[in-house]
Amino acid sequence: MGQFIQQIINGLTLGSIYGLIALGYTMVYGIIGMINFAHGDIYMVGAIITVTVLTLLAATGITSVPLALLLTLAIVVLFTSLYGWTVERVAYRPLRGSSRLAPLISAIGMSIFLQNLVQLTQGARVKPIPAWLPGGFELGTLDDFSIHLAYTQILIIASTLVLLVLFTWLITQTSFGRQQRACEQDRTMTALLGINVDRTISLTFMLGAALAAVAGVLVTVYYGVVDFKIGFDVGIKAFTAAVLGGIGSLPGAMLGGLIIGMIESFWSAYLSPEYKDVATFSILILVLMFRPSGLLGRPEVEKV
Amino acid sequence: MKTTLQSTVIATVSATALGMSALFAAPAQADITVAIAGPMTGQYASAGAQIRKGAELAIADINARGGVLGEKLKLEIGDDACDPKQAVSVANSMVNRKIVFMHGHWCSSSTIPASDIYAEAQIPMATVSTNPQVTERGLKNLVRIMGRDDQQGGVAGAFIASQFAGKKVAVVDDKSAYGKGLADQTAKGMEAKGVKPAMRESVTAGEKDYSGLVSKLKAGGIEVLAYGGYHTEVALILRQAQQVGLKLAVVGGDTMSNNELVTAAGGNADSVFFTFAPDARANPAAADVVTRLRADKVEPDGYVLFAYAAMQLFQQAAENAKSVKYAPLQKAIAGGTFETVTGTMSFDAKGDLKAPGFVVYQWQGNEYKVVK
Repeated sequence: MGQFIQQIINGLTLGSIYGLIALGYTMVYGIIGMINFAHGDIYMVGAIITVTVLTLLAATGITSVPLALLLTLAIVVLFTSLYGWTVERVAYRPLRGSSRLAPLISAIGMSIFLQNLVQLTQGARVKPIPAWLPGGFELGTLDDFSIHLAYTQILIIASTLVLLVLFTWLITQTSFGRQQRACEQDRTMTALLGINVDRTISLTFMLGAALAAVAGVLVTVYYGVVDFKIGFDVGIKAFTAAVLGGIGSLPGAMLGGLIIGMIESFWSAYLSPEYKDVATFSILILVLMFRPSGLLGRPEVEKV
Repeated sequence: MKTTLQSTVIATVSATALGMSALFAAPAQADITVAIAGPMTGQYASAGAQIRKGAELAIADINARGGVLGEKLKLEIGDDACDPKQAVSVANSMVNRKIVFMHGHWCSSSTIPASDIYAEAQIPMATVSTNPQVTERGLKNLVRIMGRDDQQGGVAGAFIASQFAGKKVAVVDDKSAYGKGLADQTAKGMEAKGVKPAMRESVTAGEKDYSGLVSKLKAGGIEVLAYGGYHTEVALILRQAQQVGLKLAVVGGDTMSNNELVTAAGGNADSVFFTFAPDARANPAAADVVTRLRADKVEPDGYVLFAYAAMQLFQQAAENAKSVKYAPLQKAIAGGTFETVTGTMSFDAKGDLKAPGFVVYQWQGNEYKVVK
């Protein structure tokens, strides 16, 4: 039983990370109908910047954890959203209106470019940071298994919850949210109504990148190790989460992330760590066989 | 129309091919080209950096003393990122660059496919890859200047049986040729001493989350982890074990000699034991090289001195053979005895080191020490 609860905690943590990144995939898909394969690498860029910022902060003597965390988040989100904006501007906007494949290929190219950029400028070595927020609570022992909840896990789950609330508010209550949803439904009509579509799309990319940046900060603090390749694996998993939840659906992305986190966590603890990816993707296939539009997705209406 | 198009295509392709071959057939150089290959980028890039440091110093030293057979050595560096597919293309490009000797590759899973290409192109090679299959395939062009995983696993297994008697041991590997081979041999070594592994698992290398594995180890009451694989995963497993209050001793192979393990594990890897060749830094023959490397702020641990030794091996073999052509050079390497910074080397019929040794080390702070 103890192990069961421990795995729920671990799964929630992992799922929150996947969910945060999946939101970026799903939002971009919602608004321009493309899979932004460079999104995983935007997250990697966020994580790498985190290492730099944390090291700089430590060098300047800022050791108060909440202050350092807020500063890091602010700086990393700022820089990473700039990356998101630039990627859209350089690689996708010129291709808008061309065939559906062109931006997809461009996204894959961008992903390779970002990985190589980081590898060349930051080096290929694994970048470790010292345990930055060590320790946690021991929640008790059940069946000889002591359950631990690390501070970093609380941080990850709490930040995800806060972001989720903030985000739902942003999309459903603000004028930007209205514009964003309008663009999703019909870009031409939205433009005719005097809404700056380019700006809305750029902002969507920046928001997606900001969420990925937060995930990057959290992961760096949690695992303590970052390298230029982490974006690929996590990117694929988050993409899977977005598809599982129904691509285009924001709650779906979060739900998909949590489900994948849980599957990985339980499969590797009770069955075999070796086959946890097989399990994840098998469940994806099963879900798509019976619900092709994902768990919370709406069946796509063919637009003319 | 179709024929015109076809002929245009053919003409273009052949023109390009001609241009290419002209490029490759660039004026023959007087220099002798030797090469190293390994993970210069990617997850294990720090090992590639060690190989590079050692080889570059060796080449500089050899050239300063007049080169080999009166000609200067030139070094080519191949980057396989420990990816078997990339290793094959590196091998092909090295063949095109007319190298006469290869030190590499590093990962067993790269060395095995790449060695077939060097064998076909008749290029002698010396590797540090430890998987038995490296030398078990009867390739004539290959020698191994490090021990084998069956020896390494035997030493590790015996060590676990004596040091951790009565404790529960899990054997885990990363599914790579090196990792799985080593883990299997370690399990065999333990069983030979009458200890049965309590758990046998595999993980995927390159991931960040091993909390599932850690939880499984904890639920199984495991105290010792015998790990076949590379240091980056061990660092993450240690960190995540600490997070859930699991105290683990790790017994690994030669790759744990990388000091990146300590930084990545959050500064403390004192519970990591590993088998590695006897510390070459203590050899009198290596004293001068060690001092100069240290003056250059390079700690000659891990594979640095092995790369230096491989180049010494090449130099001595070429001078004995009075040639860098394949047949005499290969004969000189296979049959010779060489004095190198890592000790005296000679090889058996398979190309394995005749007197390999594995010693158990333990990390203590930022350096590893022999376990008595």
